[in-house]
Amino acid sequence: MRCREPIIVAGLAALLATPALGQEFGREATLEEIALWDVDARPDGSGLPPGRGSVADGRELYATHCAACHGEKGEGGPNDRLVGGHGSLDSSTPVKTVGSYWPYATTLYDYIHRAMPYFDPGSLTPDETYAVAAYILNMNGIVPDDAELDAAGMAAIEMPNRHGFIPEPEFAPLLPEATKARD
Amino acid sequence: MNKLSPPASAAGEESALSRRKLLSIGSGSVAGGLVAHPAIAGSLADVPPRAVGDPVGATSERSTFVDLARITEATPGKRNVDPLDAINSKTPLHKLDGTITPSDLHYERSHSGIPALDPKTHRLLVHGMSARSLVLDVGDLRRMPSISRMAFIECSGNGWENWKNDDDTLTVQHTHGLVSTHEWTGVRLSYIAGLVGRDPSSRWMLAEGGDASGMARSIPMTEEILGEAMIAYAQNGEPLRPAHGYPMRLLVPGWEGNLSVKWLRRLRFGDRPFYTRWETSRYTSLMPDGKARQFQLRQEVNSVITSPSGMMEIAPGYNRITGLAWSGHGAISKVEISTDAGRTWQEARLNAPVLPKAQARFQLNWHWDGKPTFITSRATDEKGHVQPTREALIGQMGKNALFHYNGQQIWRVNAEGSVRHALS
Ligand code: HEC
Repeated sequence: MRCREPIIVAGLAALLATPALGQEFGREATLEEIALWDVDARPDGSGLPPGRGSVADGRELYATHCAACHGEKGEGGPNDRLVGGHGSLDSSTPVKTVGSYWPYATTLYDYIHRAMPYFDPGSLTPDETYAVAAYILNMNGIVPDDAELDAAGMAAIEMPNRHGFIPEPEFAPLLPEATKARD
Repeated sequence: MNKLSPPASAAGEESALSRRKLLSIGSGSVAGGLVAHPAIAGSLADVPPRAVGDPVGATSERSTFVDLARITEATPGKRNVDPLDAINSKTPLHKLDGTITPSDLHYERSHSGIPALDPKTHRLLVHGMSARSLVLDVGDLRRMPSISRMAFIECSGNGWENWKNDDDTLTVQHTHGLVSTHEWTGVRLSYIAGLVGRDPSSRWMLAEGGDASGMARSIPMTEEILGEAMIAYAQNGEPLRPAHGYPMRLLVPGWEGNLSVKWLRRLRFGDRPFYTRWETSRYTSLMPDGKARQFQLRQEVNSVITSPSGMMEIAPGYNRITGLAWSGHGAISKVEISTDAGRTWQEARLNAPVLPKAQARFQLNWHWDGKPTFITSRATDEKGHVQPTREALIGQMGKNALFHYNGQQIWRVNAEGSVRHALS
């Protein structure tokens, strides 16, 4: 009995430090419910849902759902300006917009889907979200008037400020470029 | 020097001071609007008689003589706005003592309002690069081994009033009110990561809020962050308040406040950053060449004199200088104060305890000779980082960075004893 004590203590300590993969806490998530919440869309297009939307449809949706806060043409509204500012980033009065500043079009889809319209986020369908994103990109001169975007099209867009960001050196070793080279 | 004990000079300083204080009280020199000199009341006979007070109650209210409140802000320069137009509200640092921010005065920042989340229906999904995916609720968290620690949270926009324009009317609440310190209680992130069997090659984690905007950030899975981050459910001994993330939030001590995602509802382990709007469009620092620093996450060493500070009035003679210092690198090791526009520096006394990644309280006795001057503080942390001057910071970052301002704060003292904001 005596000599087993230390083993029990060690076992307890291990249990506290790294819990066994048991069922002590919570429950396993089902794939269906994960899909409901798993909304993030990444620069390579992963996470973007099926669907497509045109600049033309986006123009109407934008007028209905967005213009009141962001302005008829993406500026001059009470909230964030979404259009313009090109070439202003190194001036004394930089204007950061989707067109001048955002590095990835996929982030635009992700953000509109999760957060806009402000009072009713998530209310637009994937097709509508693609359309309204396409229209904002069109107002910024990034896609033509007849453009229609889907997941692949969104990921293929090279945003004007794509190379405008310098990741902090402390975390550069954790970025895929670095980890690929190392592995 | 041991930072937990007063410097050797403190005792001598105190006794010299009490002599001065006695002298000045004896000579009855009183000016109006003082911070450091209490008004000398009339005779003790004028003090109102004692009276039976209110009965005991369910909660303790502040004294009716005390006025403590946050102030709202929209963007730099848009201050004291209607709460509906505000994006943050700032802590009244100049009216607080010690280092712990009262729960109802912790600074506030949100992106789509404060959701009213019912713990009965709130869930945390943990998934991604892990052996299994789990759904947890607050009850689960509360049954897990808990930790408590003191930590500051600081919005990376703290200090943003200082990048461009001088403004005589700024108080320290305006310039530095986006930092607060609490005792936080919760479960280690590493414990949750162990529960789901996180794949060790997962180098980033998405943390997402249950607010309307689904505020989300990519968190680098460094040893330091995995070792220190927690999912908190309590602040200063009580359940989180809704404005601060009820029923659960992430806490990443020492890193920009936006990473400590409130109303936490999802953690996803991944192999690269997710590039959300809040790490591209926002919370990136523009440099003079038009490029922006990204994932500039650590809150650098910082300090500010909270008294005397902007919009206060002082009188010649004894004044106690006090303030707060903090660093996302660890504990504060030294705070120096200059009362002669940066020509000479004196080491301030640090009040115990001085804890890593928590605010530290410093103080220094000062005899003001009545001549116009500038006072400023400069902190050094245990890793040797020294708080830069504004000139050095701007030389490196320009004036458009918006985020991560940690330059030395200067307060100008004019001949009348008015203390005012100054940039140089
Ligand atoms: C009721 C007003 C309102 C409506 C309607 C609205 N927005 Fe917004 N929008 C905002 C606010 C406020 C913000 C800033 C939120 C923040 O700072 O976190 C914002 C931010 C944005 C941004 C990010 C800007 C940036 O540079 O970071 C985009 C993109 C956007 N909205 C797109 C849309 C689209 C598309 C619609 C219509 C489907 C829409 N918004 C409808 C109020 C609104």
